[in-house]
Amino acid sequence: MGIVSPGFTGRRGAGSDLPPGQYLTHEFPVLSAGPTPHVRHEHWELTVANETGEVTRWDWKALTALPSEKITKDLHCVTRWSKLGTEWKGVSLDVLLADVETGADFVMVHSYGGYTTNLPLEDLLDGQAWIAYEYDGEPLHPEHGGPARLLVPHLYLWKSAKWVRGLVLSDSEDLGFWETAGYHEYGDPWKEQRYAGD
Amino acid sequence: MERTAIRRRLTWQAGTVTEVRAETASARTVVLDVPDWPGHLAGQHLDVRLTAPDGYQASRSYSIASAWSGSGTGPGIGTTVELTVEQVPGGEVSPYLVDVIRPGDPLEVRGPVGGWFVWKPEQEGPIQLIGGGSGVVPLMAMLRAHAAAASTTPARLLYSVRRPEAVIYVSDLKELAASDDIEVTFAYTREAPPGEQRAPARIDAGLLASVTFQPEDAPTTYVCGPTPFVETVADLLVAAGHDPARIRTERFG
Amino acid sequence: MTVEVPTYLDGNAAAGVLREIFAVDITAAIGRCAGCGQTGVFAETRVYLDAPGLVARCQGCDEVLLRVVTTPADTYLDLRGLTYLRVPNPA
Repeated sequence: MGIVSPGFTGRRGAGSDLPPGQYLTHEFPVLSAGPTPHVRHEHWELTVANETGEVTRWDWKALTALPSEKITKDLHCVTRWSKLGTEWKGVSLDVLLADVETGADFVMVHSYGGYTTNLPLEDLLDGQAWIAYEYDGEPLHPEHGGPARLLVPHLYLWKSAKWVRGLVLSDSEDLGFWETAGYHEYGDPWKEQRYAGD
Repeated sequence: MERTAIRRRLTWQAGTVTEVRAETASARTVVLDVPDWPGHLAGQHLDVRLTAPDGYQASRSYSIASAWSGSGTGPGIGTTVELTVEQVPGGEVSPYLVDVIRPGDPLEVRGPVGGWFVWKPEQEGPIQLIGGGSGVVPLMAMLRAHAAAASTTPARLLYSVRRPEAVIYVSDLKELAASDDIEVTFAYTREAPPGEQRAPARIDAGLLASVTFQPEDAPTTYVCGPTPFVETVADLLVAAGHDPARIRTERFG
Repeated sequence: MTVEVPTYLDGNAAAGVLREIFAVDITAAIGRCAGCGQTGVFAETRVYLDAPGLVARCQGCDEVLLRVVTTPADTYLDLRGLTYLRVPNPA
């Protein structure tokens, strides 16, 4: 820790029911590690590849024709902000993965723009994850991951890949973009699993 | 083989604020005394780190505004380190440096850093400086270094600024512009002072053609400002025939 | 529709964190992109700071050149996108 700066508290609100080390914000900060991809609906697709290489595809029409849900969840970013009660609309991964045959334990999520993140498959099932395409009643803005992003709100937000393009199921765990650079392979905010080894 | 000083990893060290000066309604110059400061080149910057009592930290990079004293003296030339900080609305570090910090307070810094966006008095050729808003800060350090070294290198500054009240270093710039070797032009973008002939507008190709060094003068051009400003100006310069290798840019958020 | 403001800075913004790792200034070094082969001064790369770590990308092809993540215990440096860094020797 550095020398305390007299009178400095940071741009932070108080939060009692937040995971450790988090502060409350009412904004929706935009984090970006690269240029924002702009994917047109007619060119968009989502693929799921199972461990045998079998690929299932949805184009925009097919995705939005699937039964959707309204989701209200808290978000926790590893850069320490939390935003409560965010409202989304999207398709549950339970729906998307219902007909995908797999015995895999792990998933690598790929995004337009090249981003990747890894998760255990079980964290995407049982009502825990969605492909979200509306935020606050509006089509999801590209800076927040539109046309569609993964939403896995029980893990740190870097797992909720923006601009999601595909899921690759696998028997073995591989590490994604931030996970290969020192971030935790799982990322539970309530256990404060920020960095590898936490 | 001759041995020079050991080069080693740089890390955070504590400086002490010795003075805070208002430059405009929203910009302050913070003067720091940093023990064992090795001196710096004009255009270099340093990182500032703030720490809250609970350990929360935020850091930002700021250009150094002062020239390290060689033989010369004058405003902004000496053995302290001066930062000029413009308050960013909704920012986290700049409001602290503008509104909260007081003389006597400690401030953690890491620097000086950056070896590309720099001017050295021994460098050949004229220098063209183009700054947008607080992007003038490292360019001011270059003009001060020019004065400190009593350089005769021709130097021009084109300073894009919203309105007259937003001009940082107004009196120092006036003093510098009195030199035969330095020309200063203001490009007001929103509101011009009475008597200004050019209507408020952003920098465009016509203005660059009339007040800056031309490609045949072979200047080294330094452009600093917000990212969109720097992109626009650099594109205009290249389109005007300037060698991209002689254009150095620094962007801030 | 709002005009999108670029969120990147340039390689100068990485100078401080890189000087914690390297004994010399890297921003004035020439780097070669492993993606497209473009060479250029590191100071001219695009640096993204509003992220869990620092990411520098090639101006030509947007490929990741370098990443730095600082954790409480360690600094992770990933140089995967740089075929080389050409650093001038001291005179």
